[in-house]
Amino acid sequence: MTTLTPPTPKLHLSPKPSVLGDDAQLLEVSMGPQHPSTHGVFRMDVALDGEDVVKLKPIFGYLHRNHEKIAENETYLGSMPYTDRLDYFCSLTNNWAYALAVESLAGIVVPERAEYLRVITAELTRLQNHTCLVGFLMQDMGASGTPLMYAFREREKILDLFESLTGARMMCNYMRFGGCRVDLPAGWLEEAKKVVAAYPRFLDEFENMLTGSEILMARTQGVGVISAELSINAGITGPLLRAAGVNYDLRKVDKYGIYDRFQFRIPIGDHGDVYDRYMIRVLEMRESVKILEQALRDLPEGPIQDPKTKVRNFKPKPGEAYGRIESPKGELGFYLVSDGTPRPYRYRVRPPSLINLTLLEDMCLGRNVADVVIILGSVDIVMGEVDR
Amino acid sequence: MNLESLKSEIEANIPGCALEMILNPSPCAQHSLLVQPQHALAVAIYLRDTPELRFDYCSNVTGIDWPAPEAPGKVNLKEMEEDFEQDDEDCATAGYLEVVYHLYSMALKHGPVILRMRTCDRGKRVHLPSLTPVWRSADFQEREIFDLFGVIFDGHHDLRRILMWDEFKDHPMRRDYVEPDDYEYEPTAHEEVLRKTMHHYAKH
Repeated sequence: MTTLTPPTPKLHLSPKPSVLGDDAQLLEVSMGPQHPSTHGVFRMDVALDGEDVVKLKPIFGYLHRNHEKIAENETYLGSMPYTDRLDYFCSLTNNWAYALAVESLAGIVVPERAEYLRVITAELTRLQNHTCLVGFLMQDMGASGTPLMYAFREREKILDLFESLTGARMMCNYMRFGGCRVDLPAGWLEEAKKVVAAYPRFLDEFENMLTGSEILMARTQGVGVISAELSINAGITGPLLRAAGVNYDLRKVDKYGIYDRFQFRIPIGDHGDVYDRYMIRVLEMRESVKILEQALRDLPEGPIQDPKTKVRNFKPKPGEAYGRIESPKGELGFYLVSDGTPRPYRYRVRPPSLINLTLLEDMCLGRNVADVVIILGSVDIVMGEVDR
Repeated sequence: MNLESLKSEIEANIPGCALEMILNPSPCAQHSLLVQPQHALAVAIYLRDTPELRFDYCSNVTGIDWPAPEAPGKVNLKEMEEDFEQDDEDCATAGYLEVVYHLYSMALKHGPVILRMRTCDRGKRVHLPSLTPVWRSADFQEREIFDLFGVIFDGHHDLRRILMWDEFKDHPMRRDYVEPDDYEYEPTAHEEVLRKTMHHYAKH
């Protein structure tokens, strides 16, 4: 039997003798909740020895509204618009995860065209999420404005696509159990193809500016390192896990939806530092572009909604189901328990942002405050999802 | 992987451990195993460390509240309380809290295996062993269950409220939770001041 003690956080740098000698006292700093680098109302209680972080406690709950309780008092469909508000950057993948959980709970089959539309919207979501994240990461590093504005310029094009398809730029509320809400408007496909075709050029431009930048490398390489074993044990998912060198992507593992039909690869990092996380996201965007090209090319005609699924008075039989997808931030899961009534007995969101923060202290120990900011930036959190 | 064979394999390898299979009637057929709390750690370590299983990744941890179905007619609470103390068998009727773990294997890419644990009742005997020492990903999630459901995880290294504030008293995800009228209520000196003012005006 192995020991039961949790892995103790290790210092990444050897502890330096303090300039103040033995009289050195720790300084406690409360970073957040109102701080531009904390990406929302997130707080960290940091203990500093000189400039080195010796202790860090994340504090959550400033945006807590008990989403799960609200959903338990709401019909199954009634929670769909609310899932948009979890991770408000990626409302379409949230919709998909929830729809997937309900579909496996009730045994609903999704028509082919709707599956394609889901893949297209989800991959567009991944593109804009990763683009913005890189922009925000540069902002955190002190590259004020320019990279973020480049990112937002591209995001705007994708949000325009979302708006003409779903009627909303961010709160899309697009997917339904057994399909999607509306079909493509006239000319949407051509517009989407144009945006996707132009994306690799933008990525080249972005990378040209960033990937080889000496300042970026100096700030990010070797910062916030986590090992593969620790990441798996701590439930880290998404780009963080793959940057640490673990080949685990639910699009390949679960093959949910129709992801087994597309040719794409999973980029894997090998250092597990902030630079790898940046790089993984850029490479993932290139793979998303590949998926999008195939999906937009192969999109079949047909219905977009399973006709057998009831929209009103939707009552799944008693039972439970856990559905999970690879959202841009990691594994987003929904766990539902039905008791045969129109409302879920239990509704649970497995938030990737929250669980990815498990190792925040391990990543930050021994670094200085400026590094804490970029490590948090590289984790990619959205407080709507962390606090629910 | 067959859950039946996994169940008998675990029972054969952990002495004294009896698992119960909880069937899931929904089409996805994700059946689960009910573990006795005293054997939960051994089962978890067995699942994680056996080379053929290697459930190295605990994806989702969540709680469910199952209060007892309301008895028809009036219930004498005091009598019921005394009954609990006298008879251990009776505590099942008072409902229970359930904790569900979804386990996957990243190394072998299989899963899920779903473990469940149940508390004795919803009142005082709500202790369950923490599986955070086995999977660190349960850390925040168990804190959340402690916060919102009131399950106390023995062996958790840092069991504090996570989403609600520290002074908060109740557990909001329980089915019988009643919202207070005013979350922000604090007794103020308002009435005292008003009384003094009225007294002042009456005098002058």
